[in-house]
Amino acid sequence: MTMPSFDALNVGDEIPSMTTDPVSRLTLALYATGSGDHHPLHLDQDFVRSQKIAPDVFAHGMLGMAYLGRVLTQWVPQACIRSFGVRFSAITWVGERLVCTGKVVEKLERNGEKCVRLELLCANEQGEAKHKADAVVALA
Amino acid sequence: MLIDKKHIGMKVPPHSVTPTAWQLKWFAKAIGETNPIYFDEAAASQAGLPGVLVPPTFFFCMDMDKERPFDYLETMGCNLGKMLHGEQSFIYHKPVYSGEKLDFDAEITDIYDKKNGALQFVVKDVKVRRQGELVCDVHSVMVIRE
Repeated sequence: MTMPSFDALNVGDEIPSMTTDPVSRLTLALYATGSGDHHPLHLDQDFVRSQKIAPDVFAHGMLGMAYLGRVLTQWVPQACIRSFGVRFSAITWVGERLVCTGKVVEKLERNGEKCVRLELLCANEQGEAKHKADAVVALA
Repeated sequence: MLIDKKHIGMKVPPHSVTPTAWQLKWFAKAIGETNPIYFDEAAASQAGLPGVLVPPTFFFCMDMDKERPFDYLETMGCNLGKMLHGEQSFIYHKPVYSGEKLDFDAEITDIYDKKNGALQFVVKDVKVRRQGELVCDVHSVMVIRE
């Protein structure tokens, strides 16, 4: 990993993006194990249909945030991340690939550290936004 | 039914979690993580880390790692079947590794509604401490649909 430099970055610069494999039922089962969230909304199609909640199971919102977290930690060591927040806006369905992108929207100094604020987006391949996030990252 | 705002300031029963390398391995597999410091104890050790690195969003999982993760909403009389996760954010102070015991101390910091009560929002703020030292702030907004 080459550490990005504060001085070399400009507002509008994009950080390396990531496109996931299609979210599968196996992905959701693995995420349930890893996260401890075994809610039937994400695992049990019979439950989801019987409750008339949705036509099929759908992804944990936090799975998308975890993907955005990977975009950050592939760009900088995790210890540089000062804050990271997300708003959940749409459901991710089985079969969708998620395109996770980020760009610099502000250069700032906070608590004596040079930082950049990033806007991050997790969207499907058609461009429908699933989650919008922002993060503040300290850079030397 | 609107949630009683008297619950603003309510302390959530505290709990403690020690993340294990075993669970972090499954979390890493689920999210397609390829950096071994997140799932391989030997690689983490070689990198000079005291354990497998806890990834940025895993603090939420640990916050939920209790018998009744939404006990505070139950106390308010909310129907958990009508709940959605609206927002989630973290402020990071120190990195945390597998095998380290973490204490979760939470409080309800806001309750508000939109669309004449059709959507109600419950805000919870959690201080995560390791041996008394603040390592992460976890901020969650849950939405209850009428």
